[in-house]
Amino acid sequence: MAIITVDHLRKTYGTRVAVEDVSFSVKEGEVFGIVGRNGAGKTTTVECVAGLRTPTAGTVTVDADLKEQVGVQLQECSLPDKIRVGEALALYASFYSRPADWRALAEEAGLDLRAPFGKLSGGQRQRLSVALALVGSPRIAILDELTTGLDPRARRETWDLIARIRERGVTILLVTHFMEEVERLCDRVAVISRGRVRAVDTPEGLVARAGGEQRLVFHTDDPVDDLRALPEVASVTVADVGNGPEVTVTGTGELLSAVAAVLPPSRTRGLRMERTTLDDAFLVLTGKEES
Amino acid sequence: MTKAFGKLAAVEARLFLREPMAVFFAIVLPVGLLLALGTTIPAFREADPSLGGQRLVDAPFTAMMVLLSVVTLGLSVLPAGLVLYRERGVLRRLSTTPVRPGALLSAQLLINVVVSVVATTLTLVLGHLVLGVPTPGSPWAFAGVFVLGTLTVLAIGLLLAAVAPSSRVVQGVGAALMFPLLFLAGMWLPRPLMPEVLRRISDFTPTGAFGQGLMDTLGGHTPQPLHLAVLAGWALAAGLAAARLFRWE
Repeated sequence: MAIITVDHLRKTYGTRVAVEDVSFSVKEGEVFGIVGRNGAGKTTTVECVAGLRTPTAGTVTVDADLKEQVGVQLQECSLPDKIRVGEALALYASFYSRPADWRALAEEAGLDLRAPFGKLSGGQRQRLSVALALVGSPRIAILDELTTGLDPRARRETWDLIARIRERGVTILLVTHFMEEVERLCDRVAVISRGRVRAVDTPEGLVARAGGEQRLVFHTDDPVDDLRALPEVASVTVADVGNGPEVTVTGTGELLSAVAAVLPPSRTRGLRMERTTLDDAFLVLTGKEES
Repeated sequence: MTKAFGKLAAVEARLFLREPMAVFFAIVLPVGLLLALGTTIPAFREADPSLGGQRLVDAPFTAMMVLLSVVTLGLSVLPAGLVLYRERGVLRRLSTTPVRPGALLSAQLLINVVVSVVATTLTLVLGHLVLGVPTPGSPWAFAGVFVLGTLTVLAIGLLLAAVAPSSRVVQGVGAALMFPLLFLAGMWLPRPLMPEVLRRISDFTPTGAFGQGLMDTLGGHTPQPLHLAVLAGWALAAGLAAARLFRWE
């Protein structure tokens, strides 16, 4: 059962089209990602879901009370510098009829209740923002560009926090442009480019769509022509890069085992395997239209 | 919802008290100026025939210090705070919760009214105790003029917050407006000493009408209908324009 349904959403500002035609639906309890480049229409889409903007055309249906049951973390929303973490959480908790335990939330997010907002690091601000989005015990949390501008460690801490939230069954709509974030957190993803949905799939599904090709690269002094006959192998190329010939084998399926049966790995040097990443898939799905 | 509003007002009040500049200019400066100038400059404490026989430190200067506090709050503290909240997305963030952003605006107005009441009470009490400034001759009329004038100045502040594009601009415009408005109220040249034309202009400004109303009621007179009408007119015009033009984001 879908908790969020977006059907042919269109949003224009004057003559500028922010969202051309976006449709997707989110199931209860899933972490649904919206990925796209800057200006692709991601934020406008979730702002329409959050009820902050009115669609120009199309419909957005959310099976929850927008104010009470949808927690929102927005880009470019901050708090007064002098408000303390505990004050902000207690204040926002007082807005809701069934608030969460804000002290527990702060502890989970690793926040010092007495710290003023102005003195928080970027990562702490984002985690406070997530905590504020959750303080009303929402059924849906909308998180926009959660980890943009954070250093790798702060990003990981924020991801851990999201992973714990999903365990409570909160449906999460996550806007991002980090593929690593999608791989770690999302059950399904909508890829948006120029205001249109290019694909809705699981992260693995997106990789498969983009070809799902694997690639083996190694050095060997043995002949490699036999490899070409293997059904798993698509191509074999040999290049001389100075320290002996470098062989690149591309293909699909159980490529590594198939190659190893013909050419024992002990006869190769520097063997490495590369596969299509979500980054590659994203470029394939959006690159044509935008680059 | 009332619980949320109470909490919001309490947090906003604490935030106000954490801004030393706001506390200084709205409370410490007016009270301090009255006491410092009143005690150190003998001329302030001598009966002045050109002021109808009262001392400068009595109704004229006391009224100006009350006005200074209200004008600082209304033209600087209130609009700067609201525009900063809009700039930072605080109002937008609130609009995603069950609380309307209007509640934050009401909480801000309430705090500014409370602070101006505190500053005025301190001015009157300390002025009376230290300098022997008479307590308001018409206390109810004084309270009425004070409330009407404060609402007028806050409405002008709301209008500033509604039209200002950024917090930098609102601070500049607020300061630029404050000086002529305080001058026209008689801050540096008491209204009784103003040339006729200037006093006539002053009658129709919000601060001129407010200042004269305060002076009249402090001295035990009834406020002049013209000044009450001028204040009500400004309050209505600025309030309606602010309500029409205010943007939450």
